[in-house]
Parts: sequence; C-alpha cells; structure tokens
Amino acid sequence: MSTSPTRGTRPGGGSRERILARVRAALADVPAHEAPEDVAVPRAYTPAHGQGATVELLVDRLVDYRAQVHRAAPGELAERIGLALAHRRAQRVVVPADAPEEWFARTATTIVRDGGGLDVAELDGMDGVVTGCAVAIAETGTIVLDTGAAQGRRALTLIPDYHLCVVRADQIVDGVPQALPRLDPARPLTWISGPSATSDIELNRVEGVHGPRTLEVVIVE
Amino acid sequence: MPAFPEAARTATRDAQLRHNLRKATHTIRDKRDAVVAELDDWSRLRAAGKAIKDRTLRHLDHYLERLEESVTAAGGTVHWAADAAEANAIVTGLVRATGERDVVKVKSMATQEIELNEALAEAGITAYETDLAELIVQLSEDLPSHILVPAIHRNRAEIREIFRDRMAAWGVPAPDDLGDDPRALAEAARVHLRERFLRTRVAVSGANFAVADTGTLVVLESEGNGRMCLTLPRTLISVVGIEKVVPTWSDLEVFLQLLPRSSTGERMNPYTSTWTGVTPGDGPQEFHLVLLDNGRTDVLADTVGRQALRCIRCSACLNICPVYERAGGHAYGSVYPGPIGAILTPQLRGTGSAADAALPYASSLCGACYEVCPVAIDIPEVLVHLREEVAARPGHLGEKAAMGAAGWVFEGERRLGAAQRAVSAARSLVPRRLPGPGAAWTDTRDIPPIPEESFRSWWRREGRHGRAETDAPAPGQVRRERPEQSEQAERSERPEQSERGEDGRR
Ligand code: SF4
Repeated sequence: MSTSPTRGTRPGGGSRERILARVRAALADVPAHEAPEDVAVPRAYTPAHGQGATVELLVDRLVDYRAQVHRAAPGELAERIGLALAHRRAQRVVVPADAPEEWFARTATTIVRDGGGLDVAELDGMDGVVTGCAVAIAETGTIVLDTGAAQGRRALTLIPDYHLCVVRADQIVDGVPQALPRLDPARPLTWISGPSATSDIELNRVEGVHGPRTLEVVIVE
Repeated sequence: MPAFPEAARTATRDAQLRHNLRKATHTIRDKRDAVVAELDDWSRLRAAGKAIKDRTLRHLDHYLERLEESVTAAGGTVHWAADAAEANAIVTGLVRATGERDVVKVKSMATQEIELNEALAEAGITAYETDLAELIVQLSEDLPSHILVPAIHRNRAEIREIFRDRMAAWGVPAPDDLGDDPRALAEAARVHLRERFLRTRVAVSGANFAVADTGTLVVLESEGNGRMCLTLPRTLISVVGIEKVVPTWSDLEVFLQLLPRSSTGERMNPYTSTWTGVTPGDGPQEFHLVLLDNGRTDVLADTVGRQALRCIRCSACLNICPVYERAGGHAYGSVYPGPIGAILTPQLRGTGSAADAALPYASSLCGACYEVCPVAIDIPEVLVHLREEVAARPGHLGEKAAMGAAGWVFEGERRLGAAQRAVSAARSLVPRRLPGPGAAWTDTRDIPPIPEESFRSWWRREGRHGRAETDAPAPGQVRRERPEQSEQAERSERPEQSERGEDGRR
C-alpha cells in the first residue's frame, strides 16, 4: 500500500511484508492446502433463546438497566413524547432533520432540527434529543442506531444528557444473531444498552459519565 | 501508648487493598455466573468462539490482507508496525501531521503495551486517558491493576484525594466540596473531561474486534468516553493487535454474546460502537489503523502457546484466579495481569529475564481460568508448556524462576502475614472504629472481618502438598533476583510518594 504516509519510517519500510512473512513462517505447521473454511466452526449455538422478540422482554431488560420505559399505541405517541419532555422540563431538544413531524404535535418544547450544522457546543446546550432507532434486541435490552431514518448523526445522541428513543414493535428482534443481518456494517453503528454507566468506583454502578445519563424509551405497538 | 493504632492502621491499609480486590472479583464473577447461566447454549457459543479464532489464527496472513483491503476501500489508511517503537513512531507521526498537541484516548491494552503515552509525551504530545478508571490511574501516576477495572485497587476516599489533588494540573479542577460518593466522583470526571472532548481533534483507540470482510472496527465500553473519542475528533488512530481480526460481520454474533457476559457480567455493555473507514459528515474524517505485531508472531509460532492469541480480554480469568486475588494486578509486572498475563507476557517478551521466566509459575494450576474462558484457552496447558521451556534453559533458570515466582506470589502474603499477626494478637480488641488518629481512616472505610486464622497459617498447617510453586524462598533471595518487581510492588503500595510531577501540564 503505497498510500501510507508513514510507510518507510524504517530504512526500506517493508513492515507489512515483514509481518506477513513472520506470520507465514509462524504457521509452518498449517498444511499448505488448508483453506480457512477447512477449519470447521461448529455453529450449534441457538440462533434465538426461545424468549421471542417480545415487547415484554425488551421492557424488562431496559428497566433492568434503569432506563425509563413507556408503551404507547401509534395514536398516543405524540402525547407520550409531549408528556416526557414536559416532565423533563426540556426547553429545547434537538431532533434529526428527518424525524416525523407528527411526533412533536403535542409538545410545547422547542424542537430544533439538526441538518448537520449544529456544532458540539450548541448540542451541549440542548436539554435532550429525540430519535428513532434501527433495531432493538429484546434479550439484551439493546437499542441499535445506524444513523438511518429519524436517527441523525452520532453526535446527536451522545452529547445531550437526555435521550428519548422511539422504538416500533416491528423493529424488535430476539437476540444478537437476529440483529446483525438487519444492520449495514458500512454505516457507523451505536448499540445502546441502558444509559451510560460506570462501575469503576468500588463497583458501584453510577449512571452516566459521558453519554446521556437518562435514557427514556417509548415503544410503539 | 502501644504501637497498636499504628500497626492496625498499616494492616487495615494492606487488608483494605485485598478487601477491595476480593469484593470486586467476587462481585463480578457472581454476576458473570448468573448471566452465563441464562444462555443454555453457552458451551456451544464458546466452542464457536474458539473455532472462529482458531480459523483466523491459522490463516492470519489471509485475514490481515483482507482487512487491509476493506479498511482501505472504506477510506481508512492501514499501517503495519513490527514492534512497539515502530507503532509509536507511526502514531507520533500521524499526530504531528495534524498539528495538534493533545490527544484523547479510549482505554486500550495495546497502547499500554507499547507505552504510547510515554512516547507521545517525549514528542511533546499529551495523551489524555478518558476512561474513568484510567483517568484515576493517570492522575495518580499509578499503574493499572486489572484489565477491565484498572483502578480496582483504589477505594472512593483515595479517588477523592486523587481528584482533589491532581485534576487541576490536567485541566478542569475538581469542585472544592468534592465528596467521596461515587456519584459525585463520576460527576467530577464528567465535568473534567467534557471540555476536553469537545475541543480535542485527535483520538487514539484500540479495538475489541476488526472484521476482515467488511473492514469494521468494534469497541465495547460503558461510559460513553469511547463514543466521545470515536465520534467527535477529526482524526482517529486505532492501534490494534494483529490477533484482533475476525473473519466476518456475522461472526460478531458469537463474540457480542461471549464478551459482555464474561467481562462485566452484563447481558450487553452500555455502548458498542462500530465504524467502517470514514463516513462523510459523521465522525472522524480521517481514520488510521495501525496493525501491531510486537511479539504476536512469536506467540503464533508456538503451536501450543498460539491459543493465547484467541484472548478477547474479558478478564474472567483474573476474577476467578486465587493467585490474582491475593497478589493483585501489579505483581505481574505487565499490562496483562492474571492468568492470561502469566501466559501471554512471557510469550510476547520471551522468557529471557527472570521476571518473565517466573510468570509461568505464578499459578496453582487449579484450572478455574480455563473453565471460565469464553474462548476456551487452556491456560494451565500453556503454563506447563512454558514451564518446560523455561526449565530447559541452561543454568537452572527454571528452578530459579520457580523460586522467584513463589516469592512473587507470596511477597504480598508475607506482608499480609506480618500485618495479620499484629492484628490477630489483638483480634478481640479491634473496634469498628479506630481510636485516635485512626478514626479518620475508619470513618470512611470498612475494617474487614479478621479471620481467626490467616490463610497463610492455615496453608502452613494443611496445605503444602509439595508443589514446587508453593515453596517460598528466603525473602532476600527474591529481592536480589527480581529488583524491578520489588520496586514495582513498593511503588504500588505507596503511590503518594511518586516523584514525577505535573511539569508541563497546564
Ligand atoms: S484468557 Fe480467556 S478468560 Fe482470560 S481474559 Fe482472555 S478471553 Fe478472558
């Protein structure tokens, strides 16, 4: 790869070739005709643990992580969002540019749409963020954001201290193996399992160090 | 006044460390047991994890080339570093090219292994650790003592002192009225680091996994400091050991189940970030991947020891290990402590030095580490294999190493033993709260229950079935053979005496 600006930090460069040669020499015991696929990977593990992609399981797991969870019918969503933001006393919240208009039909909070132009200081000044998600994993209580529809760029859900996330029931899958095929690795992904937390001080769980300290989830079914 | 308060104070301090360590390791392993038991296919996931890693290792050249190709196609730049010096030179060069003097860091074993922070400092670049535990370690000029919870040996009162005394020298100071509630301490760290996150333009990370077929890098974390570093800066440099590659995107379904449950005992860690090259308009616009060898190909060449490269750094083997629990992480003299450190370090560095030759003996071979390992690394097998290698060296180095290791394991025990004798003599007199100058100490700390008999004394009576590694040598002998180890042990005991100041830091 001649594109590397640091190739040649040593006379003659060549670390790439040197390392690959060392790897090949180290693997002298591997028969030359062996292909990677010849090393069998037993995939007898269970694709799903039989608990199902249920709203109940997701709620249970989210609550276990001390996220706040609500369930709403589609017609109640705007009301639910309005209540949550009012309860939070949020003055200004940021939302992705493509967040559905109808989500914010019943709120007095100022909704700021992010077209990518807000800088980090402006995001830091927001009282929260409202987004959708790409996938939610019931078994682990995980919400996955892929910067797709109604999710915005990664900084949006990182800097404000409060994240309100809307999950549709059809976005819920059983477990990790069901989530991966639904996700595009080319997109930057953020998997969120409860609010930011640390256990570094005498193993006491403290919510929030840097990410949002409050995660609130509305499941629409 | 008898020397009791003084003696008890010292004993409590030493015992406090062990109390912290014991509480922490037992808490994590209980949580781990519970969440592992939830998955009835755990043993099959483990078999799959092992096999995926073996497939990768047996064809590592193929997967590394594939990874390079996909990262490059996604807009990243790949660099190859044969050793620590080269990796440090590459990273230093990349940071210099940005014109920046500060970098924020995500907790990474690989960068600790190559001592990147020190190399950057020599080049006039300050590296800021942003993981809470790493921050505690960095501010106190200490050394990490656990893979997952590096400041596990510190309690809240010590952390408050560290924040109060040292934060100002590194940036935003701690609040004047900082208490020792974990919540307040975490808040102080949040405030201290937030300003830094919002303005630093270069980040350095490691990675838990690098996916060959897609070029995707994966970082698991809890606090969001990782997300900050991976999202906000303009340039991201990831230093990744060549063993971190996994073949395909769907292989992550195995590791994303194995790792969090083995590591923190959670079904899933709070945050996992994945990125593939650069994404226009979102996150760093320049991405460099530094692939690090630094001894890994030597490990690969050993057909028995090779399995150590399967390690996904979950730290389950540390938490279960009776030797780690007593000796603590610093005793291993390496960034990789515990059972995995005992096999990885001597393979990465060779067994040429007495310190490294002693590591394969730092185990009771009880096998617990193998049982918990999510990728089924047979650590006892590798330990025995490495012992044979050490023993085959000329000049009875093996014997010396065994002696050295025993001393190394019992070094802490010896100190503890002395302290325990002092306390045991006055066992019935130990109050919940110490009198006199000791009061301030006990007001903020538990005095652990003092057993009627120490483990040492029990062991002397019951144990000792003639295993070589339990034959403790004379103390003098240990010190002569292992000066650097002793020094390190001293340093970890008295970090407040550290001399290196905060010169150059704002
Ligand atoms: S050796 Fe196994 S148990 Fe120990 S840290 Fe590595 S993966 Fe975890």
